[in-house]
Amino acid sequence: MDPGFFDLELIAMQLFSGVALGAVFVMLALGLSIIFGMLGIVNFAHGNVFMVGAYAGVFVMERTGSFWAALLFGPLMVGALGLLIERFLIRPLAGRSPDDPLLLTFGLGYVLVEGVRILFGSDGLPFATPEELSGVADLGIGFFPIYRLFVVGVVALVLVALWYGLERTRLGLIVRAGARDPEILRVLGVDIQRLWLWVFGLGIALAALGGVLAAPMRSVNPEMGNVVLGEAFAVTVIGGMGSLMGSVVAGLLVGVVVSMTALFAPEMASIAMFAFMALVLLVRPQGLFGKPGLGV
Amino acid sequence: MQTLDQTVVDAPTARPALPRRSPIATDALSRWRAPLSILALLALPFLLPSQALAVNVLIYGLYAVGYNLLYGYTGLLSFGHAAFFGTGAYVTGIAIGTYGLHPLAAMALAVVVASGLALALGALSIRSRGIYFAMVTLALAQLVYYVALQASTWTGGENGLRGFTVTTIDLGIVSLDILNPLTKYLFVLAFVGAALALISRILASPFGAVIEAIRENETRARACGFDVERTKLLAFVLSGLFCGLAGALSAIHLSIVPLDSLAYHTSGTAVVMTLVGGAGTFFGPFVGALTVLVLEDVLSLWTPHWQLALGSVFILFVLFMPRGLWGTALARLTAFRGRA
Repeated sequence: MDPGFFDLELIAMQLFSGVALGAVFVMLALGLSIIFGMLGIVNFAHGNVFMVGAYAGVFVMERTGSFWAALLFGPLMVGALGLLIERFLIRPLAGRSPDDPLLLTFGLGYVLVEGVRILFGSDGLPFATPEELSGVADLGIGFFPIYRLFVVGVVALVLVALWYGLERTRLGLIVRAGARDPEILRVLGVDIQRLWLWVFGLGIALAALGGVLAAPMRSVNPEMGNVVLGEAFAVTVIGGMGSLMGSVVAGLLVGVVVSMTALFAPEMASIAMFAFMALVLLVRPQGLFGKPGLGV
Repeated sequence: MQTLDQTVVDAPTARPALPRRSPIATDALSRWRAPLSILALLALPFLLPSQALAVNVLIYGLYAVGYNLLYGYTGLLSFGHAAFFGTGAYVTGIAIGTYGLHPLAAMALAVVVASGLALALGALSIRSRGIYFAMVTLALAQLVYYVALQASTWTGGENGLRGFTVTTIDLGIVSLDILNPLTKYLFVLAFVGAALALISRILASPFGAVIEAIRENETRARACGFDVERTKLLAFVLSGLFCGLAGALSAIHLSIVPLDSLAYHTSGTAVVMTLVGGAGTFFGPFVGALTVLVLEDVLSLWTPHWQLALGSVFILFVLFMPRGLWGTALARLTAFRGRA
């Protein structure tokens, strides 16, 4: 076999792996960005919400035996938890420094991790790839796990739904207006408090969906959230905070960077993401798609 | 959005958040804050159940004090200070274990390296403002963590750094027996006390006034002609320096450097201790370190899930007592004396 051709094929496969990995990053960064864009807060429990999402998926799967039920009800359950968090923990902080919700969600992270340890134990749980999605598909250039294709498909579907909801519906118009000027929206008679509640819930549910989707691909344990938080932040910083477009592009880009590094220097894979972020910070401190001064 | 410091934003009245500004409370408590703090810390080993716990309070107290310089006084919420604590610890351990340096020389080297790292990470992160800063510092600290994880020939990787044990420290005239808990405590206190005196001096200097001005109103500080970026960077480096010293002391104390000392968890510890004690107060971080460590000591006897209580307590502090224990006590004291 021609070694050059083989390499090209390998690189193409690895590229695709990167996209599948990046799809999960996209879910994480989207949730963070939506919450930040609307409520102006950074959710420091985001990684742990992702972890709780994975566990909620395990929980539903054990009860019903169906991966599809886990995919639907896992994020819904965690999203409902998100509604409670907004209503009873975030809302009382309205009008205070933007650091306060950040600190609160950081403390919440401890509670979520220990809560999961109490309910499910400290050891990791196996999460088998659902039978109907296991196996590989022939892409023409090589064989690729069906499950990863499925993950990319689900994330693409969510993106289309989000885009349609935000850009083409009346509710989306209100949400976008609320992100730009909540005061005016309030004057116009919109219950912005309720809007914030649901947007927060949506962001949380997206992170949880990412958790369920990623569960068969990475080990499910109570500590996974802290690792994921760093990854989600790196992606968001690269893409630009509050930019949905940035979340998508940066998520995929980081996925590809990580899997390409894994191909050539496996031990550098986890470093690559953060080194890439440092590089972006040097050249464009506001991120690839961020507007200057957005984080103020 | 201009004032990022919650001690000011949360103040129910226009009362100043820091007792330092009240003419009555500026006297004894504030002028003698460094000697008073050292005196309080001298009594600590006799009040706590174990000497090891007391040493931990000193080390984590210094770590939180260094962190407070940036968060409490400059108003920059960092979530990456484990990078400096861990680097201080690793450099000390490697310098002693691999290169056979004198412990004091190793510690000095550790402080220099930690400050250098703070300069690099600070230069990268200082340009991102507001809550963005917290995310950037967290991610940069993760970078340091993964580098240490991969450089396992130097750092021992996941197992942590072992194989250096400091039992005696030769000071030329005398040789300190570090295995004696009280000697060890006093040895650590010598550094912590010196650091406290230095920090007190820094805060009383014009530089100290400028960082507080930046915290209160960055735009105005800039308009007054202060170089905000350079001041922030200097505060970042100083903060990293003291956190690096705390890390170096922890390496001497434990004779092992766990990889966890660079982890997100350790960065969070500084935040928790500073906020629970009182951000922007001189002695508050020590109160926070004492509270958190004693809580851990007591609760971990009862349950392995003591972090559930820690997280809940922290949430309650954010919601109902954002000035922290010491900050609230000082505010009460000031109000009381103001009325009298």
